[in-house]
Amino acid sequence: MADILVYVLHYEGELNKNSLGAVTEGARLAGEIGGEAHAVLVGGDDVTDELAASVGNYGATKVFRVKGPEGLAQPVVDAMAKVIGDNGHTYALFGGGLLGFEIGAGLAARLGAGVTMEVTEVGVEDGKLVASRPILQDSKISKSHYKDKGVIIGRLNAFEAKESGGGAATVEDVEVELSPQATKATMVERGEQRGEEIDIEGADILVAGGRGLGKAEGFELAEDLAKALGGAVAATRAVVDAGWYPYSTQIGQTGKTVAPKLYLAAGISGAIQHKVGMQASENIVAINKDSNAPIFEFSDLGIIGDLNKILPKLTEAVKAKKGG
Amino acid sequence: MKICVLVKEVPDAAVEKRIDASTGRMDRSGEKNLNPFDTHAIEAAMQIKEGGDVPVEEVIAVSMGPESAVRALHKAVSLGADRSVHLTDESLAGSDVAATGYALAKTLERESPDLVLLGQQSDDGECYTIGAVVAEHLAMPSLTQVIKIDVEDGKLRCERQAEYGYDTVAVELPAVISVGDAINEPRYPSLKAIMGAKKKPLDALSASDAGIEGSKVGAEGSMVACGDFHDPPQKEAGQIIEDEDTNETVEKIVSWLEERKLL
Repeated sequence: MADILVYVLHYEGELNKNSLGAVTEGARLAGEIGGEAHAVLVGGDDVTDELAASVGNYGATKVFRVKGPEGLAQPVVDAMAKVIGDNGHTYALFGGGLLGFEIGAGLAARLGAGVTMEVTEVGVEDGKLVASRPILQDSKISKSHYKDKGVIIGRLNAFEAKESGGGAATVEDVEVELSPQATKATMVERGEQRGEEIDIEGADILVAGGRGLGKAEGFELAEDLAKALGGAVAATRAVVDAGWYPYSTQIGQTGKTVAPKLYLAAGISGAIQHKVGMQASENIVAINKDSNAPIFEFSDLGIIGDLNKILPKLTEAVKAKKGG
Repeated sequence: MKICVLVKEVPDAAVEKRIDASTGRMDRSGEKNLNPFDTHAIEAAMQIKEGGDVPVEEVIAVSMGPESAVRALHKAVSLGADRSVHLTDESLAGSDVAATGYALAKTLERESPDLVLLGQQSDDGECYTIGAVVAEHLAMPSLTQVIKIDVEDGKLRCERQAEYGYDTVAVELPAVISVGDAINEPRYPSLKAIMGAKKKPLDALSASDAGIEGSKVGAEGSMVACGDFHDPPQKEAGQIIEDEDTNETVEKIVSWLEERKLL
């Protein structure tokens, strides 16, 4: 018998979708190894009884609620280490996300546990959890076996949230004394939106731009093509961080997850962090001058060439076709 | 202020990476280079040093790895580090993330840095996690994927993109900060700096020099065993067009889109 503890991230009264996916996955796995899935929520008064108990809808039987600052990893490490110390969970599970990586790694160090990140699948062998993780730019899959306790950090969107019909979970308040390191970082501002708010999640066609567009003005080429195709423009993290395009249009690890009918990637290399946000797209077209770009490994149509030459002509051709 | 920068030698991006079937570990032979993400960490250290908000006495590059990792350290020194520390020991081979983080933390303890910087991920292992492990062992606050660092009143003010937008976090020193590639544009080393790099002090440490407990490192000391390497489900390879005549290329794209009723 082994129990699984799942971290549930929340923001402004809403539970994170990837965390709930991890709860669903945790409940499934706990059933197979004869244990229970429990959840941890860390926060202030915004973690109401109702919010905490609602995690039960995804299969957690018990929720440990801890008062502490949310949005930073180390207080959660303290909370989870305390809960695991008191209750003897064998595994900790995280949905995809930046905090999951930080908390999971810190927790593994604290507990002396094995840790695997970017996990896409978890199975059971001899009553123990075994995590599968793509490595080497997704060209191979590696399986992790844990000698004792295991910390499993999912890849973004690896686990799908499904309501289990389990009803409300029991909520248990836990007092946790924060470690010195957890008190030395403080959130000054959380969730700042940079750039205008643009809705890209409803678009059937997305033209996404990356560093290969060369400069902020390069996005005009993507905008013209998107307009001709009747779609919207998306961006990579690199260009959003560089201030070329609004954060609301960012695809990937810390941005949006999309699955349009057509995803046309212009000047995007296709790093894993980007791939996880768009790989479910029905048709992927990539234009890049670097023939070694990883995006060509998972695009349906790849064009090796210069964006500045191809995009304007493609826009004209699409316009002509649609007009005629 | 004393800044330590963790650096790592990785296979050159142009080299095809593979798993050694006999050991189950990554084959790290072939052309090597300094992990590109680490050059951003060194540049961040140099910008703090040159920024003048706080006096920086020393920037030290620290690496764990086989003998060849010395080259990554030379590169780090050519980019501005004052000296380097190389943790190298047979017993460390096969360490997992947690064991590697522990070994690096023990090495860093000897230096008592005020700030530890590292790249947010390595080009080969794709881990975002080593900073958090190191910080836990050193009992220091930690933040990953940072894209802006300001030093204010002896504290760091860091910005990063997280799940719900951009976060600004105040971090007391000493601290462990991993940086994203958006934080800066690393400089190119001068020829003089490249030539001089080999003359800068380099400390080679064994595991016992660093006070590392043998039972906590290597494959034996690692709490996770990786294996059963296999291929992912094969996705049908996409069609590739090399653009020679752009009019022709565009025609091909348009008919491809039309066939799929995307126009």
